[in-house]
Amino acid sequence: MSFAFLQIDKPIKYALGFIVVILIIGTAYTLVTQGTMSFLSPNYLLQQLQVASYLGLVATGMMMVILLGHIDLSVPWTLTTAAMVATAVGGDMAIPAGLLTGLAIGLVNGLGVAFLRVPSMIFTLGVNTVLQGLMVIQTGGFSPQSHSTPIMEFLASDSILGIPMALLVWLAIAALIIFMLNRMPMGRYIFAMGNRESAAYLSGINTRVILIGTFVICSLCASIAGMLLAGYSAKAYQGMGDLYLLPAIAAVVIGGTNILGGKGTFAGTFVGAILIVLLQSVLSVMQMPEAGRQVIYGCVIIGMLLVYGRGDKKES
Amino acid sequence: MPMANFRLWVNQNMGLLLSICIFVLVYGLYTHLHPSGGTAKIFVQNANETFVLIMVAMAQTVPVLTGGLDLSVGAVMTMTNALASVVVNGSPTEVFFGILLCLAVSGFAGFMNGCIIVYGRLQPIIVTLATGAIFIGIALFLRPTPGGKVDGDLSFAATFDLNEIFYTYGWAIPKWFESSIGLIPTPVAVLVLIVLVIWLPFRSSVTGRGCYAVGSAEGAAYMSGLDVNRSRIAAYTLAGLFAGIGGLYLAFQTGSGNADVPQAGAYTLNSIAAVVIGGTSLYGGAGGVIGSIFGAMALRSISFNFRVFDADGPFGFISDPLLQPLFEGTILLIAVSVGAARVFQVKNRLNLFG
Repeated sequence: MSFAFLQIDKPIKYALGFIVVILIIGTAYTLVTQGTMSFLSPNYLLQQLQVASYLGLVATGMMMVILLGHIDLSVPWTLTTAAMVATAVGGDMAIPAGLLTGLAIGLVNGLGVAFLRVPSMIFTLGVNTVLQGLMVIQTGGFSPQSHSTPIMEFLASDSILGIPMALLVWLAIAALIIFMLNRMPMGRYIFAMGNRESAAYLSGINTRVILIGTFVICSLCASIAGMLLAGYSAKAYQGMGDLYLLPAIAAVVIGGTNILGGKGTFAGTFVGAILIVLLQSVLSVMQMPEAGRQVIYGCVIIGMLLVYGRGDKKES
Repeated sequence: MPMANFRLWVNQNMGLLLSICIFVLVYGLYTHLHPSGGTAKIFVQNANETFVLIMVAMAQTVPVLTGGLDLSVGAVMTMTNALASVVVNGSPTEVFFGILLCLAVSGFAGFMNGCIIVYGRLQPIIVTLATGAIFIGIALFLRPTPGGKVDGDLSFAATFDLNEIFYTYGWAIPKWFESSIGLIPTPVAVLVLIVLVIWLPFRSSVTGRGCYAVGSAEGAAYMSGLDVNRSRIAAYTLAGLFAGIGGLYLAFQTGSGNADVPQAGAYTLNSIAAVVIGGTSLYGGAGGVIGSIFGAMALRSISFNFRVFDADGPFGFISDPLLQPLFEGTILLIAVSVGAARVFQVKNRLNLFG
């Protein structure tokens, strides 16, 4: 697995190829209808990278959990809760408060999965509903009145030297994750546990700590994405995370990470997130109705997986 | 039944018994608190409100038994609902073939899931995630805005008691029937029929038992000469069909169609919760549809209770509608954690890893 992030493996190659195809189709469309090549302009591409950063952050955390062979369905309301807490606290403590929220949620998820051995899918689903309940009580079911702090807005929508800050935030966290996956024991442990948890346990790995740590990383990533999103739209609102769960899982899987765990690269998730955002953006520019968008979206995921994500032929 | 066999039976059906207990307790409390609780009218109303979730939970159960998961059950339900609002109206013949078409389409949707999973050798969770998007797309295409029309007579007959079927179509009704069997709510009768005619024969067939075998040890099932592929495809097809019946019934209930995307997601997630409360293992191989029926009923009766709590009583704060999502989530977490408590009795931690 070492240097895996430097290799261009099959999924990444196909995903990159598909990104080019999307851009060509989009450009052909704009050339015919408007006579411009707006999809190839640096502005548009940078803007897409900025939008992809929010999804990418969620996908990065989700990938950690999926590498373990688990899944975190509490991401939508982790994201929303962190955003709401951060905007409600406000001031200098906004971002630390949001991060702390993410940390606490990750701990609950991790403890439930590691000690109670409840399947992560159902435990995180329950946590998601509880968080939703807490926020509904807190806000009375409406968007909270509080606004995001200037620093959140700076991180979410400003840019330095033309590069969006959100992208820089994503890349900074990505660098930490890549270092952790490839150069730290924890990274090796995650891959080991994803392949066979009992073997990892027998080799003396403290599997519970790794499980909890990974869920915390996932929740932290989601809460950072939540605070950036709150900064982007100047406030937090109900259901702001609902649109991020399934695309995040899709981005991780399109990037070649095995949904059963044990195999995957960060570069894949990176390309996967950009692919999903570009696809959504090009389809909406082409004024594709929601019905067609959903169908194409589903077909793309299945099509890409049929090309390179097939399991081994089972003969025993 | 000898004592040892009885113990074994209790042990093997712990989840089912637990879900029945939860349901009886929670629904009993509701009946006790409701001013006109226990009357036929309330019973019919509750049966109507629960039927769709029961069908979607049944749909989820079969793939889960094979060790898979179907994230598209809510989407198939919604797609069939939208389709029903287009085709289930007009002359009786048209209505009849409209219903057949709905069932065929939903079964085919499930069959496609199965084929992609088996022959594409992809993971069920991600395949059904993607096909779910496709089905939602088709539902939105059929019904971009809520509306459409479902045959009124049928919708009336399907959502009251059995007597109503006779009244609606003006058929003669035997006296003994009117005061006994006729009082059974139609959804309950339909559910019993589905269990007797579809589920029980399926479970005892080679293909059905194959589903359990695949879920507990796929390699062993294959080596024993079971047709593993056929069982898995059958499981997803049945899931599509059950979800389709749910969607069709929702169309009867509302008299129209609605491609409601958040609702589809909520049904999918609740179906997983109902399956788990009903005692089916998410790792596959153990459990059954009957448990999920009670799981779904328990889940629904919890939310019934919020309506009847006396707002001024000692537990009045519970009736606050804002608290509902929190309670639902907490109860789900408690239910799965109690079910997981046996973990602390396991001496050798190695046994914990599946």
